[in-house]
Amino acid sequence: MSGPNKQYDPVEVATLDPEAVERAVEEALEAIRGAGSLEELKAVRLAHHGEKSALALANREIGALPPSAKAEAGKRVGQARGRVAQAIAWRLAELERLRDERILVEETQDLTVRVPRHRLGARHPISLVTERVEDIFVAMGWEIAEGPEIESEWLNFDALNIGADHPARGEADTFFVAPAGSGLVLRTHTSPVQVRTMLDRTPPIYVLCPGKVFRTDDLDATHTPVFHQFEGLVVDEGITMAHLKGTLDAFVQRLFGDGIVTRLRPNYFPFTEPSAEIDCQCWVCGGEDPGCRTCGGTGWIELGGSGMVNQRVLRASGIDPERYTGFAFGLGIERSLMLRHGVADMHDIVEGDVRFSRQFGMEI
Amino acid sequence: MYAPVSWLRELADVPAGASGSDVAAALVRVGLEEEGLSGGDLSGPILVGRVLSVEAEPQKNGKTIRWCTVDVGQHGQMLTEGKPQEIVCGAHNFDVGDLVVCVLPGGVLPGGFEISARRTYGHVSQGMICSARELGLGDDHEGIVVLTELLGAEAAEDLKPGDDAIALLGLADEVVEVNVTPDRGYCFSMRGIAREYALSTGVAFRDPADVHVAAANEQGYPVHLTDEAPIDGRDGCDRYVARVVRGVDVAAPTPRWMQKRLTQLGMRAISLPVDVTNYVMMLVGQPLHAFDLATLSGSVGTRRARSGEELTTLDGVTRSLEPQDLLIVDGADTPLAVAGVMGGASSEVSDTTTDILVEAAHFDPVTVARSSRRHRLTTEASKRFERGVDPGVTAAAAQLAVDLLVQYGGGAPDEGVTDVDRRVASSPFTFDTTLPTRYVGLEYSRDEVLATLGAIGCAVQDTGADVVTVRSPSWRPDLVDGPDLVEEVARVRGYDEIPSVLPLPKAGGGLTHAQRVRRLVAATLAQQGLVEVLSYPFVGQDLFDRLGYEPADPRRRTETLLNPLSEEAPLMRTSVLDSLVEVLRRNVARGARDVGLYELGAVTVGRGAAQAAPVPGTDSKPDAETLAGIRGAVPAQPLHAALVASGDAEPGGPWGPARAVEASDAVSWALAVCAALGVDPVVASASTAPWHPGRCALISMRDGTVLGHAGELHPKVTAALELPPRTVAAELDVEALVSVTGAAVQAVPLSTYPMAHTDVALVVDETVPAASVESALRDGAGPDLESLVLFDVYHGEQVGAGRKSVAYRLTFRAGDRTLKTEEVSVLRDRAVASAASRVGAVQR
Ligand SMILES: [Zn+2]
Repeated sequence: MSGPNKQYDPVEVATLDPEAVERAVEEALEAIRGAGSLEELKAVRLAHHGEKSALALANREIGALPPSAKAEAGKRVGQARGRVAQAIAWRLAELERLRDERILVEETQDLTVRVPRHRLGARHPISLVTERVEDIFVAMGWEIAEGPEIESEWLNFDALNIGADHPARGEADTFFVAPAGSGLVLRTHTSPVQVRTMLDRTPPIYVLCPGKVFRTDDLDATHTPVFHQFEGLVVDEGITMAHLKGTLDAFVQRLFGDGIVTRLRPNYFPFTEPSAEIDCQCWVCGGEDPGCRTCGGTGWIELGGSGMVNQRVLRASGIDPERYTGFAFGLGIERSLMLRHGVADMHDIVEGDVRFSRQFGMEI
Repeated sequence: MYAPVSWLRELADVPAGASGSDVAAALVRVGLEEEGLSGGDLSGPILVGRVLSVEAEPQKNGKTIRWCTVDVGQHGQMLTEGKPQEIVCGAHNFDVGDLVVCVLPGGVLPGGFEISARRTYGHVSQGMICSARELGLGDDHEGIVVLTELLGAEAAEDLKPGDDAIALLGLADEVVEVNVTPDRGYCFSMRGIAREYALSTGVAFRDPADVHVAAANEQGYPVHLTDEAPIDGRDGCDRYVARVVRGVDVAAPTPRWMQKRLTQLGMRAISLPVDVTNYVMMLVGQPLHAFDLATLSGSVGTRRARSGEELTTLDGVTRSLEPQDLLIVDGADTPLAVAGVMGGASSEVSDTTTDILVEAAHFDPVTVARSSRRHRLTTEASKRFERGVDPGVTAAAAQLAVDLLVQYGGGAPDEGVTDVDRRVASSPFTFDTTLPTRYVGLEYSRDEVLATLGAIGCAVQDTGADVVTVRSPSWRPDLVDGPDLVEEVARVRGYDEIPSVLPLPKAGGGLTHAQRVRRLVAATLAQQGLVEVLSYPFVGQDLFDRLGYEPADPRRRTETLLNPLSEEAPLMRTSVLDSLVEVLRRNVARGARDVGLYELGAVTVGRGAAQAAPVPGTDSKPDAETLAGIRGAVPAQPLHAALVASGDAEPGGPWGPARAVEASDAVSWALAVCAALGVDPVVASASTAPWHPGRCALISMRDGTVLGHAGELHPKVTAALELPPRTVAAELDVEALVSVTGAAVQAVPLSTYPMAHTDVALVVDETVPAASVESALRDGAGPDLESLVLFDVYHGEQVGAGRKSVAYRLTFRAGDRTLKTEEVSVLRDRAVASAASRVGAVQR
C-alpha cells in the first residue's frame, strides 16, 4: 500500500483533482477489460492498482491537503480504488473460469473404452445355483448339512436300504476305493449326509444336503461322472407327503417363478416308501406350447425323486419310526442349471472354460 | 416293457375310444414311467376296396402298370363324381374281384406318408392299393394285400367295399413303452401291465393265467432239487414245473399273430418252441426254458456250481462257474443252464428235436441277481427273476406253453405233470388302516383303504378294528410293511390329490461359520478377478512327479479307485491345484491368453494302511464303536481353495501397457482372502514344490497354523505340465481359515492425534526377506507405529554385491498425545537398531 506523503510535496496535489482521479479510473478499467489472460491481468493490476499506480500516488498526496479537504479527497480516491479493485476481481474470476474450462477441455479422456482396468472374476454357475438353493431353504428355517465325498459303503448304501444285491451297488454305477473290500466308495448321492445327520441329531431335522457326487457315467451332452445334487430331509412328528409337496411347491416357486407347482408321480426308490417322482410345471410355456423345447411340449419337467423316508432307513439311523415320519427329496444341480439357464451341453459345465462362468457373473 | 394296446384290450376292458396316450397316462398315474409311444401314426381314409377292372398298360421304360378301378363304397370319387376310384398300381398279385386295401387322397400311411391324387403314366391316380409293408404289417409279404389271403376266406366273407381297414387290420395298433421300477417285477408282463391299467382306470381285468392247468401227478418227468449253499437261508429254487410235449414239429411256422406281438415287444421270432416260451413269458411274466428232451439223461434238477466247472451258454460263451451259481443239471449231473439266467448250448432245442421238456421254475431273486452280475449277463429271464416272478403262475405258464406247442407244433403232451412246490408262504403282517391318512396327509376312509388292498390282490383278515392282517398277493413280493401299502392306497386314489402344505420348522441357525467362510473365500477370489471353475478330482500316478514332490512328500499319500474312469487317472487329488492346472492348460489351448482361475473343493488325505469300514446290519442303529469304525475309516477330505493364473494381471489400454501376472499377484490374492476374513497372517519365504524355490511364500498364522502357499510355479513344473511359463498359483487350506476365524473381532480405539512420518533406508543382504526386516522394524518401533510401507527396493553398485537397499516409510501416532519430533526420532532409531541386530541392516 502506498504510504503517506511525508514530504508534503504540493506539486503532486494536482493528482487529487477529481477529473484526474476519474481519468485514472477510466484508464484502469479500460486496461482491465483489455487483459486477455491471467498474466496480462497481473500486469494491469500492478500498473493500475499497484504501489506505483496513479491512484496509489494520489492516495499518498491526501496527507498534504488541508484538513478541510482531506475527507472529500480521501472519499474520492477510496471510491476510485474500490471501483478498480472490483473490476480486477471480476475480470480475474472471468479469466479463471475461462482457464478452468479450457483445462477441462484439454484434459478430456475417452472413457468409452470397454477394457476394464481391473477385471472382475466370476463364480461358477453350479456354485451360484447351489448357493441360491441353499438360501431358499435357509430362509424356510432349514440348515445346510455336509459330508465327505469318499464315503463308507454302509452310509452310502446299506443304511439307505440299498442291500448288497441292489443293482446300483454294481460297478456299473459306483466308483470303489482300493483295496477291494475297503468298504469305501465315492458317494453316489448326498443321501449319506442325511444318514449322518440322523445318526448325530434327534428330530426335528430340517436339512438340505448339497454336494458333489460320483457315478461311473461317461461324459456326454447330458451326463457327467462328477456332478452335484441337493437333497432335502425332514424328520419330525406328523410329517406327511403333503408336507413334501408343500416344500417342493414353495421351492420351485422361488427358483423358477411364482405360480409354478410340482406334480408327484408314483415311483420306486429304496430309501423312500411311498416314493414319488417330482415333475415341475414348465415355467417357459406353462404347458401351452406343444413345440416347447424346455418341456418337450408336455408342460411338465422331470426334476428328481422324493418320498417318505423308508422306515428301515429311520431304524438304521436310530430314529423311532413309530414316533417320527419324514420326507426326503433329491434334485440335480446340473439339471436345474441346464433347465433354468438354457445350457445345452454338459461339456460347458464341466470343462472349466472361463467364457462359460463369465456369462453368469456373481449372482444368478 | 412294451405294451401293444391291442393286446392290452384282450386282458382289460380298455374303452373303445382310448388311445395309446390315454393308456400311457393311466399307467403313469399308478407309477409306470412312460418311455415312449409308437404306432398309430396313420390315418384314413384307408378302406376295403373291391377291384372292378384292371387294364395292363406297358410303358416305354419296360414296366407294365395297371390302370384299375376299385369300388370303395360311398367314398372318394364315388362320393364326389359318382364313379369308382381310379388308381394306378405297379403290383401284379391281385385280380378283378379281389378285396384289397386302398388309401385315398388325404390318408396318411405309417411313417407319416401323406397320400394325394397324382398324375402318373398318363392318368390321375386317386390313391393307392396298399402292400403289407406300406401298411406297417411287416416286411415279409411282398405285393398287394389281398384280404382273402391275409384273413382267410371265412373272415373275409363279411367284408364290403368302404369298410374301415384301420380297425379291421389293427393298423392303428399303438405300442406303449413303460419303464418298470425294480419293485414291480410283475409289470414285466402283459398280465402285470393289464392289472395296473385296470387298477388305474377301474375297468375289469382278465387274468391270462386263469387257465385250466393239468394237475400234478407222480408220472411226470423226474425233478430233483438240491441247494448246497442257500443265500440267506432261501432255497435257490422253490418251485419247479416240468412238462413234456412229444412229437413237436419244430419247423412249424410260428403263427403270424404271435410273431407280430413278439416283434411289437422288441423280440425276434426264432422258431416255434422259442417263440412260444418267449410269448408266454411276455404274457404272464414267467421265464420258461425249452430243453431237447433227447439230450437229457433221465431227470433234471438244481444244485450250486462247483469251483472249476464250466458251461457254454446259448450265446456261445464258455463261462467258468462259481459256487454261488445255481445250476440246472440233468440226471448225469451235467450242467444244463445257469438257473434263471441262460441255458446251455448242449440241451438247446435244435432242428432235429421232436420231444420238448418245458421248464417253468421259480428262482431266488438274489441268487439270479448275483449270477447275472458275476457273468455280466442280463437276459429277459434274469431281469424278471431278479425283480421277482410270481411263484403262483408257474404251473399256468407251463400249461400255456404246452397248449401252444400242441396247437401250432402238432405235439402231444405227456400225461405226467411234475410240480415240485417248496414255496414258503409269505408271512402276513398287521396294517393300521389309519396309516395312509397319517402318512400322506389326505383323508382315506377305512372302506377305501380296504377296497384298495382288495384291488391289488391282498388277502385281508378284517375283524372290524383299525388294524387288520394282510397277506400280499404272490406277484407282489415287494409289499411287506405298512408304508408299502400306504403307497398303494395313495397311488390308486392318485398322487394328484395330495394337498400342498408347507411345514414350518423352528427358526434355523442359518449358515454355519464354515459355510459363510467358504462363500466369502469364493466371492473374494472372484472379486480379485479370478474365474471359478470345477475340475474332476482324479489325477494320474505321474502327476506328483511332475509337480516335483519329494518321495516322502505327504501329498503323495492318497486313495486309489478300483475302477477309475481312466486308467491314467486312478488317484484322488491331494491338492486342488492338482486338477486345476489342467483347466488352465485347456483354456490356454483354446486361445485364452490372460487366464486366472480358482476352485474350491475337497482334497484327499490318504489313510495309509487303514482298517476297512465296517458294514453292520441295518435293523437298528449300529453301536458307538461300529459307528466310530465307519467314521474313522473314511479318509480326511479337507476343503481347499486353489488359484492359478497366467498372462496379464492388469490389461493394457489408453492408460498404459498391460502388466504381466507375477508371483506377488498370487500372494496378493491369497492375502486378499485372509483380509476378507479379518485374518492377519505371517508371510515367509518358502521353498516348497511345486513352486519356484525363490518365488514362494508360506502364509501362516503366528502360532504356526499353515494357511497355504502362493507364488510362481517352478519352471520345471510349468514345462512338465505344459503350462505357460511364469504361471503363478496358490493353494489355501479353507479348513484352517475356518479354524482361525469365528471369534468376534475386538475394535481398537482410533487415535485422532496427528501422525508423524519418517523414512528409513536400510541395506541388508539380498537373501533377507522383506517380512523379516519389517517385523524387526515393527518390534523395535513399538506400539506407536501405526503403519509401515516398503516403498523402494534398490540393487546396485552403491549398496554392493549381494546386498539390497530397502526403504520404508514409518508412520507413528500415539493414542494419548501428539508425538514430539524428538520422540519420533527415538522410536525410529530403536526400529533401525532392531533391524540392525536382527537382520544385520545398515542404515544408508
Ligand atoms: Zn414348456
